[in-house]
Amino acid sequence: MVTVTEKIKVKSFSVTFDGEPALKNVNFSVKEKEILGIIGPANSGKTTFLRTLNRLNDLNPRYQHSGELLIDGKDIYQKWDLFELRKKIGMVFALPTPLPISIFDNLAYGPRRHGIGNRRQLREIVERSLKSAFLWDEVKDRLNESAMKLSGGQQQRLCIARTIALEPEVILFDEPCSGLDPISTAKIEEAMQEFKKRYTLVLVTNNTKQAARVSDRVAFFLMGELVEIDQTQKIFTVPKDKRTEGYVSGRYG
Amino acid sequence: MRFLNPKVEEKIVFLSLFLSTLVIVAPVILVIGIIVSRGLSVISWQFLTTMPRMGMRAGGIFPAIVGTVYLVGGTLLFALPVGIFSAIYLSEYSKRNWLTRLIELAIVNLAGVPSVVYGLFGLGLFVVFLRLGASILAGSLTLAVMVLPVIITASREALQSVPKSFREVSYSLGATRWQTIRHAVLPHALPGILTGTVLSISRAAGETAPILFTVAAFYLPRLPNSIFDQAMALPYHLYVLSTQVPNVRIELQYGTALVLVGLIVITNLFAAVIRSYFRVRKQW
Repeated sequence: MVTVTEKIKVKSFSVTFDGEPALKNVNFSVKEKEILGIIGPANSGKTTFLRTLNRLNDLNPRYQHSGELLIDGKDIYQKWDLFELRKKIGMVFALPTPLPISIFDNLAYGPRRHGIGNRRQLREIVERSLKSAFLWDEVKDRLNESAMKLSGGQQQRLCIARTIALEPEVILFDEPCSGLDPISTAKIEEAMQEFKKRYTLVLVTNNTKQAARVSDRVAFFLMGELVEIDQTQKIFTVPKDKRTEGYVSGRYG
Repeated sequence: MRFLNPKVEEKIVFLSLFLSTLVIVAPVILVIGIIVSRGLSVISWQFLTTMPRMGMRAGGIFPAIVGTVYLVGGTLLFALPVGIFSAIYLSEYSKRNWLTRLIELAIVNLAGVPSVVYGLFGLGLFVVFLRLGASILAGSLTLAVMVLPVIITASREALQSVPKSFREVSYSLGATRWQTIRHAVLPHALPGILTGTVLSISRAAGETAPILFTVAAFYLPRLPNSIFDQAMALPYHLYVLSTQVPNVRIELQYGTALVLVGLIVITNLFAAVIRSYFRVRKQW
Protein backbone atom coordinates (compact mmCIF):
# COMPACT_ATOMS: atom_id res chain seq x y z
CA MET A 1 0.00 0.00 0.00
CA VAL A 2 1.19 3.46 -0.87
CA THR A 3 0.35 6.11 1.66
CA VAL A 4 -1.67 8.83 0.01
CA THR A 5 -1.24 12.35 1.28
CA GLU A 6 -3.76 15.13 1.08
CA LYS A 7 -2.61 17.71 -1.47
CA ILE A 8 -5.51 20.10 -1.03
CA LYS A 9 -7.65 20.38 2.06
CA VAL A 10 -10.82 22.47 2.18
CA LYS A 11 -12.16 23.32 5.64
CA SER A 12 -15.61 24.93 6.06
CA PHE A 13 -14.89 27.12 3.08
CA SER A 14 -17.49 29.63 1.89
CA VAL A 15 -17.41 32.23 -0.85
CA THR A 16 -19.66 35.19 -1.53
CA PHE A 17 -19.78 37.69 -4.38
CA ASP A 18 -21.28 40.96 -3.15
CA GLY A 19 -22.87 38.98 -0.34
CA GLU A 20 -24.41 36.44 -2.73
CA PRO A 21 -23.24 32.99 -1.63
CA ALA A 22 -21.37 31.01 -4.29
CA LEU A 23 -19.86 28.28 -2.11
CA LYS A 24 -21.46 27.22 1.17
CA ASN A 25 -19.40 25.63 3.91
CA VAL A 26 -17.53 23.14 1.76
CA ASN A 27 -15.35 20.42 3.32
CA PHE A 28 -13.30 17.88 1.42
CA SER A 29 -9.80 17.09 0.29
CA VAL A 30 -7.95 16.22 -2.88
CA LYS A 31 -5.35 13.47 -2.69
CA GLU A 32 -1.90 13.73 -4.16
CA LYS A 33 -1.68 12.54 -7.79
CA GLU A 34 -5.32 11.76 -8.26
CA ILE A 35 -7.73 13.17 -10.78
CA LEU A 36 -10.68 14.72 -9.00
CA GLY A 37 -13.61 15.43 -11.29
CA ILE A 38 -16.02 18.17 -10.23
CA ILE A 39 -19.46 18.02 -11.77
CA GLY A 40 -22.63 20.01 -11.26
CA PRO A 41 -25.04 22.26 -13.13
CA ALA A 42 -24.45 25.93 -13.93
CA ASN A 43 -24.00 28.18 -10.86
CA SER A 44 -23.11 25.24 -8.67
CA GLY A 45 -19.81 26.82 -7.60
CA LYS A 46 -17.46 24.47 -9.50
CA THR A 47 -15.57 27.17 -11.34
CA THR A 48 -15.62 29.48 -8.34
CA PHE A 49 -13.90 26.76 -6.35
CA LEU A 50 -11.32 26.19 -9.07
CA ARG A 51 -10.53 29.89 -9.39
CA THR A 52 -10.16 30.12 -5.63
CA LEU A 53 -7.44 27.46 -5.61
CA ASN A 54 -4.97 29.66 -7.50
CA ARG A 55 -6.46 32.84 -6.05
CA LEU A 56 -7.59 34.13 -9.42
CA ASN A 57 -10.82 35.19 -7.70
CA ASP A 58 -8.78 37.79 -5.84
CA LEU A 59 -8.96 39.88 -9.03
CA ASN A 60 -12.69 40.24 -8.52
CA PRO A 61 -13.31 43.03 -5.99
CA ARG A 62 -16.71 41.56 -5.08
CA TYR A 63 -15.13 38.28 -3.92
CA GLN A 64 -15.07 37.38 -0.22
CA HIS A 65 -14.33 34.11 1.51
CA SER A 66 -14.32 32.48 4.90
CA GLY A 67 -12.89 29.20 6.14
CA GLU A 68 -9.57 27.62 5.30
CA LEU A 69 -8.03 26.28 2.14
CA LEU A 70 -4.77 24.40 2.61
CA ILE A 71 -2.34 23.27 -0.04
CA ASP A 72 0.48 21.07 1.26
CA GLY A 73 -0.92 21.86 4.70
CA LYS A 74 -0.36 25.59 4.29
CA ASP A 75 -3.21 28.11 4.11
CA ILE A 76 -3.22 29.69 0.64
CA TYR A 77 -4.16 33.10 2.01
CA GLN A 78 -1.87 33.14 5.03
CA LYS A 79 1.21 31.06 4.35
CA TRP A 80 1.67 30.94 0.57
CA ASP A 81 3.40 33.60 -1.47
CA LEU A 82 0.81 34.52 -4.10
CA PHE A 83 3.11 34.21 -7.11
CA GLU A 84 4.73 31.00 -5.88
CA LEU A 85 1.23 29.58 -5.36
CA ARG A 86 0.13 30.40 -8.89
CA LYS A 87 3.34 28.91 -10.26
CA LYS A 88 2.69 25.67 -8.38
CA ILE A 89 -1.02 25.59 -9.22
CA GLY A 90 -1.42 25.68 -12.99
CA MET A 91 -4.69 26.48 -14.69
CA VAL A 92 -6.19 25.60 -18.06
CA PHE A 93 -9.22 27.68 -19.01
CA ALA A 94 -12.46 26.68 -20.68
CA LEU A 95 -11.69 28.42 -23.95
CA PRO A 96 -8.20 28.11 -25.40
CA THR A 97 -6.34 31.24 -24.38
CA PRO A 98 -3.13 31.48 -26.38
CA LEU A 99 -1.52 34.89 -26.22
CA PRO A 100 -1.19 36.46 -29.70
CA ILE A 101 2.55 35.84 -29.78
CA SER A 102 4.62 32.96 -31.14
CA ILE A 103 4.22 29.37 -29.98
CA PHE A 104 7.69 29.54 -28.44
CA ASP A 105 6.97 32.78 -26.59
CA ASN A 106 3.68 31.38 -25.26
CA LEU A 107 5.52 28.42 -23.78
CA ALA A 108 8.35 30.59 -22.45
CA TYR A 109 5.99 33.16 -20.92
CA GLY A 110 5.83 31.55 -17.48
CA PRO A 111 9.50 30.54 -17.15
CA ARG A 112 10.63 34.00 -18.31
CA ARG A 113 8.51 35.71 -15.66
CA HIS A 114 10.16 33.50 -13.08
CA GLY A 115 13.63 34.50 -14.10
CA ILE A 116 14.74 32.01 -16.76
CA GLY A 117 16.30 34.02 -19.58
CA ASN A 118 18.79 31.56 -21.02
CA ARG A 119 17.74 30.72 -24.58
CA ARG A 120 19.00 27.13 -24.51
CA GLN A 121 17.33 26.40 -21.20
CA LEU A 122 14.08 27.87 -22.53
CA ARG A 123 14.30 25.70 -25.66
CA GLU A 124 14.60 22.60 -23.48
CA ILE A 125 11.60 23.60 -21.39
CA VAL A 126 9.54 24.37 -24.49
CA GLU A 127 10.36 21.04 -26.10
CA ARG A 128 9.73 19.03 -22.94
CA SER A 129 6.39 20.72 -22.23
CA LEU A 130 5.15 20.40 -25.80
CA LYS A 131 6.05 16.72 -25.77
CA SER A 132 4.15 16.19 -22.52
CA ALA A 133 1.07 17.78 -24.06
CA PHE A 134 1.42 15.64 -27.22
CA LEU A 135 1.84 18.72 -29.37
CA TRP A 136 5.57 18.67 -30.18
CA ASP A 137 5.35 16.69 -33.43
CA GLU A 138 2.69 19.00 -34.81
CA VAL A 139 4.47 22.28 -34.12
CA LYS A 140 8.21 21.57 -33.85
CA ASP A 141 8.92 23.13 -37.25
CA ARG A 142 6.98 26.31 -36.65
CA LEU A 143 7.70 27.38 -33.11
CA ASN A 144 8.12 30.98 -34.25
CA GLU A 145 4.71 31.18 -35.88
CA SER A 146 1.82 32.84 -34.09
CA ALA A 147 -0.02 30.57 -31.70
CA MET A 148 -3.26 32.00 -33.09
CA LYS A 149 -2.73 29.98 -36.28
CA LEU A 150 -3.20 26.67 -34.44
CA SER A 151 -6.54 24.86 -34.41
CA GLY A 152 -8.72 25.02 -31.30
CA GLY A 153 -7.60 21.62 -30.06
CA GLN A 154 -3.93 22.46 -30.65
CA GLN A 155 -4.39 25.79 -28.89
CA GLN A 156 -5.82 24.05 -25.86
CA ARG A 157 -2.90 21.60 -25.77
CA LEU A 158 -0.58 24.61 -26.11
CA CYS A 159 -2.22 26.10 -23.02
CA ILE A 160 -1.71 22.82 -21.19
CA ALA A 161 1.93 22.75 -22.26
CA ARG A 162 2.31 26.36 -21.15
CA THR A 163 1.07 25.38 -17.70
CA ILE A 164 3.39 22.39 -17.54
CA ALA A 165 6.37 24.56 -18.52
CA LEU A 166 6.32 25.89 -14.96
CA GLU A 167 6.51 22.37 -13.50
CA PRO A 168 3.44 22.83 -11.31
CA GLU A 169 2.25 20.36 -8.70
CA VAL A 170 -1.45 20.80 -9.27
CA ILE A 171 -3.21 21.48 -12.57
CA LEU A 172 -6.72 22.90 -12.60
CA PHE A 173 -8.82 22.23 -15.67
CA ASP A 174 -11.89 24.42 -16.13
CA GLU A 175 -14.05 22.57 -18.67
CA PRO A 176 -11.00 22.22 -20.91
CA CYS A 177 -12.81 20.39 -23.68
CA SER A 178 -16.04 22.38 -23.82
CA GLY A 179 -15.25 23.87 -27.22
CA LEU A 180 -13.39 20.93 -28.75
CA ASP A 181 -14.20 18.11 -31.14
CA PRO A 182 -14.16 14.47 -29.89
CA ILE A 183 -10.69 13.71 -31.28
CA SER A 184 -9.10 16.73 -29.62
CA THR A 185 -10.98 15.82 -26.45
CA ALA A 186 -9.60 12.28 -26.56
CA LYS A 187 -6.05 13.62 -26.94
CA ILE A 188 -6.45 15.83 -23.91
CA GLU A 189 -7.98 13.05 -21.83
CA GLU A 190 -5.09 10.81 -22.84
CA ALA A 191 -2.65 13.49 -21.72
CA MET A 192 -4.43 13.74 -18.37
CA GLN A 193 -3.80 10.06 -17.66
CA GLU A 194 -0.10 10.71 -18.21
CA PHE A 195 -0.13 13.82 -16.03
CA LYS A 196 -1.64 11.84 -13.16
CA LYS A 197 1.73 10.18 -12.67
CA ARG A 198 3.32 13.52 -11.90
CA TYR A 199 0.62 16.00 -10.90
CA THR A 200 -2.56 16.31 -8.92
CA LEU A 201 -5.42 17.19 -11.26
CA VAL A 202 -8.72 18.89 -10.58
CA LEU A 203 -11.10 18.72 -13.52
CA VAL A 204 -14.27 20.80 -13.64
CA THR A 205 -16.52 19.51 -16.38
CA ASN A 206 -20.06 19.86 -17.61
CA ASN A 207 -19.71 16.55 -19.34
CA THR A 208 -20.55 13.85 -16.79
CA LYS A 209 -19.32 11.16 -19.17
CA GLN A 210 -15.93 12.82 -19.26
CA ALA A 211 -15.82 12.87 -15.47
CA ALA A 212 -16.69 9.16 -15.49
CA ARG A 213 -13.99 8.36 -18.06
CA VAL A 214 -11.16 10.38 -16.58
CA SER A 215 -11.48 10.86 -12.82
CA ASP A 216 -10.49 8.72 -9.88
CA ARG A 217 -12.98 10.42 -7.66
CA VAL A 218 -15.87 12.72 -8.41
CA ALA A 219 -17.38 15.58 -6.40
CA PHE A 220 -20.90 16.74 -7.15
CA PHE A 221 -21.67 20.40 -6.46
CA LEU A 222 -25.15 21.90 -6.41
CA MET A 223 -26.08 25.52 -5.64
CA GLY A 224 -22.76 26.12 -3.91
CA GLU A 225 -22.92 23.01 -1.78
CA LEU A 226 -20.83 19.89 -2.00
CA VAL A 227 -23.50 17.21 -2.20
CA GLU A 228 -21.30 14.17 -2.44
CA ILE A 229 -17.73 13.12 -3.09
CA ASP A 230 -16.69 9.52 -3.67
CA GLN A 231 -14.97 7.04 -5.95
CA THR A 232 -16.03 7.65 -9.55
CA GLN A 233 -17.63 4.27 -9.84
CA LYS A 234 -19.71 4.72 -6.71
CA ILE A 235 -20.93 8.16 -7.79
CA PHE A 236 -22.13 6.77 -11.08
CA THR A 237 -23.55 3.48 -9.84
CA VAL A 238 -24.56 3.74 -6.20
CA PRO A 239 -24.68 7.44 -5.24
CA LYS A 240 -25.70 8.08 -1.65
CA ASP A 241 -27.66 11.23 -2.37
CA LYS A 242 -30.81 11.34 -4.48
CA ARG A 243 -29.75 14.63 -6.05
CA THR A 244 -26.50 13.08 -7.29
CA GLU A 245 -28.40 10.19 -8.74
CA GLY A 246 -30.76 12.57 -10.50
CA TYR A 247 -27.90 14.59 -11.97
CA VAL A 248 -25.70 11.76 -13.20
CA SER A 249 -28.62 9.95 -14.75
CA GLY A 250 -29.45 13.16 -16.60
CA ARG A 251 -32.76 13.85 -14.94
CA TYR A 252 -31.93 17.45 -14.09
CA GLY A 253 -29.27 20.10 -14.24
CA MET B 1 -49.96 50.80 -41.73
CA ARG B 2 -47.19 51.80 -44.11
CA PHE B 3 -46.80 55.17 -45.71
CA LEU B 4 -43.98 54.21 -48.00
CA ASN B 5 -43.09 51.40 -50.26
CA PRO B 6 -40.09 49.71 -48.57
CA LYS B 7 -38.04 50.07 -51.75
CA VAL B 8 -38.66 53.81 -51.91
CA GLU B 9 -37.88 54.01 -48.21
CA GLU B 10 -34.61 52.20 -48.80
CA LYS B 11 -33.62 54.70 -51.49
CA ILE B 12 -34.48 57.71 -49.35
CA VAL B 13 -32.48 56.39 -46.42
CA PHE B 14 -29.50 55.57 -48.61
CA LEU B 15 -29.56 59.00 -50.25
CA SER B 16 -29.77 60.92 -46.98
CA LEU B 17 -26.92 58.93 -45.48
CA PHE B 18 -24.79 59.34 -48.60
CA LEU B 19 -25.47 63.08 -48.91
CA SER B 20 -24.62 63.67 -45.24
CA THR B 21 -21.28 61.98 -45.79
CA LEU B 22 -20.70 64.11 -48.88
CA VAL B 23 -21.40 67.27 -46.89
CA ILE B 24 -18.59 66.28 -44.53
CA VAL B 25 -16.09 65.34 -47.19
CA ALA B 26 -16.71 68.20 -49.64
CA PRO B 27 -15.38 71.06 -47.48
CA VAL B 28 -12.23 69.09 -46.67
CA ILE B 29 -11.53 68.49 -50.33
CA LEU B 30 -12.39 72.11 -51.14
CA VAL B 31 -10.11 73.56 -48.46
CA ILE B 32 -7.19 71.34 -49.33
CA GLY B 33 -7.76 71.90 -53.06
CA ILE B 34 -7.71 75.68 -52.74
CA ILE B 35 -4.66 75.66 -50.48
CA VAL B 36 -2.74 73.38 -52.82
CA SER B 37 -3.70 75.21 -56.00
CA ARG B 38 -2.83 78.66 -54.67
CA GLY B 39 0.09 77.75 -52.44
CA LEU B 40 2.00 75.22 -54.47
CA SER B 41 3.65 77.87 -56.63
CA VAL B 42 5.69 79.32 -53.72
CA ILE B 43 6.80 75.95 -52.34
CA SER B 44 10.47 75.49 -53.11
CA TRP B 45 13.53 74.24 -51.32
CA GLN B 46 14.42 77.84 -50.66
CA PHE B 47 10.98 78.62 -49.16
CA LEU B 48 11.33 75.70 -46.78
CA THR B 49 14.92 76.28 -45.71
CA THR B 50 15.60 80.01 -45.53
CA MET B 51 14.83 82.78 -43.07
CA PRO B 52 12.01 85.22 -43.72
CA ARG B 53 13.14 88.61 -45.05
CA MET B 54 11.73 92.11 -45.43
CA GLY B 55 9.32 91.83 -42.50
CA MET B 56 8.13 88.39 -43.66
CA ARG B 57 7.12 89.69 -47.06
CA ALA B 58 9.82 87.64 -48.74
CA GLY B 59 12.13 84.73 -48.01
CA GLY B 60 11.24 81.39 -46.42
CA ILE B 61 9.56 80.00 -43.34
CA PHE B 62 12.41 77.85 -42.02
CA PRO B 63 12.33 79.10 -38.40
CA ALA B 64 8.57 78.54 -38.17
CA ILE B 65 8.96 74.94 -39.35
CA VAL B 66 11.80 74.33 -36.92
CA GLY B 67 9.83 75.97 -34.11
CA THR B 68 6.82 73.76 -34.73
CA VAL B 69 9.00 70.65 -34.83
CA TYR B 70 10.63 71.63 -31.53
CA LEU B 71 7.25 72.27 -29.96
CA VAL B 72 5.83 68.96 -31.14
CA GLY B 73 8.92 67.13 -29.89
CA GLY B 74 8.75 68.86 -26.53
CA THR B 75 5.04 68.13 -26.23
CA LEU B 76 5.64 64.45 -26.92
CA LEU B 77 8.45 64.33 -24.41
CA PHE B 78 6.22 65.60 -21.60
CA ALA B 79 2.80 64.26 -22.57
CA LEU B 80 3.65 60.74 -23.71
CA PRO B 81 5.13 59.26 -20.52
CA VAL B 82 2.75 61.08 -18.17
CA GLY B 83 -0.25 60.22 -20.34
CA ILE B 84 0.58 56.55 -20.74
CA PHE B 85 1.54 56.10 -17.09
CA SER B 86 -1.65 57.65 -15.79
CA ALA B 87 -3.70 55.65 -18.30
CA ILE B 88 -2.04 52.46 -16.99
CA TYR B 89 -2.75 53.53 -13.43
CA LEU B 90 -6.40 54.30 -14.14
CA SER B 91 -6.98 51.20 -16.24
CA GLU B 92 -4.95 48.57 -14.40
CA TYR B 93 -4.27 49.68 -10.83
CA SER B 94 -6.96 52.00 -9.48
CA LYS B 95 -10.03 50.61 -7.80
CA ARG B 96 -13.39 51.72 -9.10
CA ASN B 97 -14.64 54.23 -6.55
CA TRP B 98 -15.93 57.78 -6.39
CA LEU B 99 -12.41 59.21 -6.58
CA THR B 100 -11.48 57.45 -9.82
CA ARG B 101 -14.87 58.36 -11.27
CA LEU B 102 -14.18 61.98 -10.38
CA ILE B 103 -10.77 61.79 -12.05
CA GLU B 104 -12.33 60.26 -15.17
CA LEU B 105 -14.96 62.97 -15.25
CA ALA B 106 -12.26 65.62 -14.92
CA ILE B 107 -10.28 64.11 -17.80
CA VAL B 108 -13.29 64.00 -20.09
CA ASN B 109 -14.11 67.62 -19.29
CA LEU B 110 -10.51 68.76 -19.69
CA ALA B 111 -10.59 67.43 -23.23
CA GLY B 112 -13.41 69.87 -23.94
CA VAL B 113 -11.75 72.99 -22.52
CA PRO B 114 -11.12 75.60 -25.27
CA SER B 115 -7.49 75.86 -26.29
CA VAL B 116 -7.31 79.58 -25.50
CA VAL B 117 -8.00 78.70 -21.87
CA TYR B 118 -5.00 76.38 -21.94
CA GLY B 119 -3.00 79.24 -23.44
CA LEU B 120 -3.89 81.57 -20.59
CA PHE B 121 -3.29 78.80 -18.07
CA GLY B 122 0.17 78.25 -19.56
CA LEU B 123 0.87 81.96 -19.42
CA GLY B 124 -0.10 82.09 -15.76
CA LEU B 125 1.63 78.93 -14.59
CA PHE B 126 4.67 78.35 -16.79
CA VAL B 127 5.53 81.80 -18.16
CA VAL B 128 4.80 83.97 -15.14
CA PHE B 129 4.64 81.86 -11.99
CA LEU B 130 7.42 79.40 -12.82
CA ARG B 131 9.33 82.20 -14.59
CA LEU B 132 10.08 80.21 -17.68
CA GLY B 133 9.22 83.27 -19.77
CA ALA B 134 7.86 82.95 -23.28
CA SER B 135 9.93 79.94 -24.31
CA ILE B 136 9.87 76.63 -26.14
CA LEU B 137 9.77 74.95 -22.72
CA ALA B 138 6.69 76.88 -21.60
CA GLY B 139 4.98 76.36 -24.96
CA SER B 140 5.67 72.61 -25.01
CA LEU B 141 4.41 72.23 -21.43
CA THR B 142 1.23 74.13 -22.28
CA LEU B 143 0.59 72.02 -25.36
CA ALA B 144 1.36 68.88 -23.33
CA VAL B 145 -1.24 69.82 -20.71
CA MET B 146 -3.71 70.37 -23.53
CA VAL B 147 -3.20 67.00 -25.24
CA LEU B 148 -2.87 64.95 -22.03
CA PRO B 149 -6.61 64.24 -21.64
CA VAL B 150 -6.78 63.00 -25.23
CA ILE B 151 -3.73 60.76 -24.81
CA ILE B 152 -5.02 59.38 -21.51
CA THR B 153 -8.46 58.64 -22.93
CA ALA B 154 -7.09 56.96 -26.07
CA SER B 155 -4.56 54.93 -24.06
CA ARG B 156 -7.15 53.79 -21.54
CA GLU B 157 -9.44 52.62 -24.30
CA ALA B 158 -6.56 50.77 -25.93
CA LEU B 159 -5.65 49.11 -22.63
CA GLN B 160 -9.21 48.13 -21.89
CA SER B 161 -9.69 46.61 -25.33
CA VAL B 162 -7.04 44.00 -24.48
CA PRO B 163 -9.05 40.87 -23.57
CA LYS B 164 -9.38 40.08 -19.87
CA SER B 165 -8.25 36.53 -20.59
CA PHE B 166 -4.71 37.76 -21.41
CA ARG B 167 -4.43 39.13 -17.89
CA GLU B 168 -5.89 35.97 -16.32
CA VAL B 169 -3.49 33.77 -18.27
CA SER B 170 -0.56 35.87 -17.15
CA TYR B 171 -1.63 35.88 -13.50
CA SER B 172 -2.35 32.16 -13.57
CA LEU B 173 1.24 31.63 -14.72
CA GLY B 174 2.43 33.37 -11.58
CA ALA B 175 3.28 36.73 -13.10
CA THR B 176 3.14 39.85 -10.94
CA ARG B 177 0.86 42.74 -11.76
CA TRP B 178 3.59 44.78 -13.43
CA GLN B 179 4.88 41.75 -15.38
CA THR B 180 1.33 41.15 -16.57
CA ILE B 181 0.91 44.74 -17.70
CA ARG B 182 4.36 44.88 -19.25
CA HIS B 183 4.24 41.56 -21.13
CA ALA B 184 0.60 40.56 -21.59
CA VAL B 185 -1.26 43.87 -21.87
CA LEU B 186 0.95 46.74 -23.02
CA PRO B 187 2.35 45.12 -26.20
CA HIS B 188 -1.18 44.53 -27.43
CA ALA B 189 -2.42 47.99 -26.47
CA LEU B 190 0.53 49.84 -27.98
CA PRO B 191 -0.87 50.30 -31.52
CA GLY B 192 -3.99 51.95 -30.10
CA ILE B 193 -1.94 54.08 -27.75
CA LEU B 194 0.36 55.20 -30.56
CA THR B 195 -2.49 56.04 -32.91
CA GLY B 196 -4.24 58.14 -30.29
CA THR B 197 -1.02 59.87 -29.39
CA VAL B 198 -0.04 60.71 -32.94
CA LEU B 199 -3.50 62.13 -33.67
CA SER B 200 -3.41 64.31 -30.57
CA ILE B 201 0.09 65.49 -31.45
CA SER B 202 -1.01 66.56 -34.90
CA ARG B 203 -3.73 68.58 -33.23
CA ALA B 204 -1.12 70.22 -31.00
CA ALA B 205 0.99 71.10 -34.05
CA GLY B 206 -1.84 73.11 -35.56
CA GLU B 207 -2.98 74.99 -32.45
CA THR B 208 -2.42 78.74 -32.22
CA ALA B 209 -4.05 79.84 -29.00
CA PRO B 210 -1.94 77.82 -26.54
CA ILE B 211 1.33 79.05 -28.05
CA LEU B 212 0.20 82.62 -28.52
CA PHE B 213 1.22 83.79 -25.04
CA THR B 214 3.69 81.10 -24.14
CA VAL B 215 6.26 80.81 -26.91
CA ALA B 216 5.36 82.26 -30.29
CA ALA B 217 7.56 85.01 -31.65
CA PHE B 218 6.07 87.53 -34.07
CA TYR B 219 9.14 87.86 -36.24
CA LEU B 220 12.39 86.14 -35.33
CA PRO B 221 14.50 85.48 -38.41
CA ARG B 222 16.92 83.10 -36.64
CA LEU B 223 16.75 79.68 -35.07
CA PRO B 224 16.10 79.39 -31.32
CA ASN B 225 19.27 79.06 -29.23
CA SER B 226 17.88 76.94 -26.38
CA ILE B 227 14.64 75.64 -24.93
CA PHE B 228 14.39 78.91 -23.00
CA ASP B 229 14.30 80.87 -26.24
CA GLN B 230 11.21 82.10 -28.05
CA ALA B 231 10.46 80.56 -31.41
CA MET B 232 8.30 81.14 -34.45
CA ALA B 233 5.69 78.47 -35.18
CA LEU B 234 3.71 77.68 -38.31
CA PRO B 235 0.15 78.29 -37.10
CA TYR B 236 1.01 81.59 -35.46
CA HIS B 237 3.14 82.63 -38.44
CA LEU B 238 0.18 81.97 -40.70
CA TYR B 239 -2.05 84.07 -38.48
CA VAL B 240 0.48 86.91 -38.51
CA LEU B 241 0.95 86.76 -42.29
CA SER B 242 -2.79 86.81 -42.88
CA THR B 243 -3.84 89.55 -40.48
CA GLN B 244 -0.94 91.48 -38.97
CA VAL B 245 1.39 92.32 -41.85
CA PRO B 246 0.16 94.55 -44.67
CA ASN B 247 1.06 93.90 -48.31
CA VAL B 248 2.02 90.23 -48.05
CA ARG B 249 1.73 88.24 -51.26
CA ILE B 250 -1.31 86.02 -50.94
CA GLU B 251 0.72 83.08 -52.27
CA LEU B 252 3.02 83.25 -49.23
CA GLN B 253 0.02 82.79 -46.95
CA TYR B 254 -1.28 79.85 -48.93
CA GLY B 255 2.20 78.35 -49.12
CA THR B 256 2.55 78.53 -45.33
CA ALA B 257 -0.90 77.00 -44.88
CA LEU B 258 0.07 74.23 -47.29
CA VAL B 259 3.19 73.39 -45.30
CA LEU B 260 1.20 73.29 -42.05
CA VAL B 261 -1.61 71.18 -43.50
CA GLY B 262 0.96 68.96 -45.20
CA LEU B 263 2.76 68.31 -41.91
CA ILE B 264 -0.51 67.41 -40.19
CA VAL B 265 -1.70 65.18 -43.03
CA ILE B 266 1.64 63.34 -42.99
CA THR B 267 1.36 62.79 -39.22
CA ASN B 268 -2.19 61.53 -39.54
CA LEU B 269 -1.22 59.24 -42.40
CA PHE B 270 1.52 57.88 -40.17
CA ALA B 271 -1.12 57.08 -37.53
CA ALA B 272 -3.30 55.38 -40.14
CA VAL B 273 -0.35 53.27 -41.31
CA ILE B 274 0.43 52.15 -37.75
CA ARG B 275 -3.18 51.22 -37.22
CA SER B 276 -3.63 49.24 -40.42
CA TYR B 277 -0.27 47.50 -39.96
CA PHE B 278 -1.28 46.23 -36.54
CA ARG B 279 -4.85 45.48 -37.51
CA VAL B 280 -3.55 42.88 -39.94
CA ARG B 281 -1.51 41.25 -37.19
CA LYS B 282 -4.15 41.52 -34.49
CA GLN B 283 -6.02 38.26 -34.38
CA TRP B 284 -8.24 38.07 -31.36
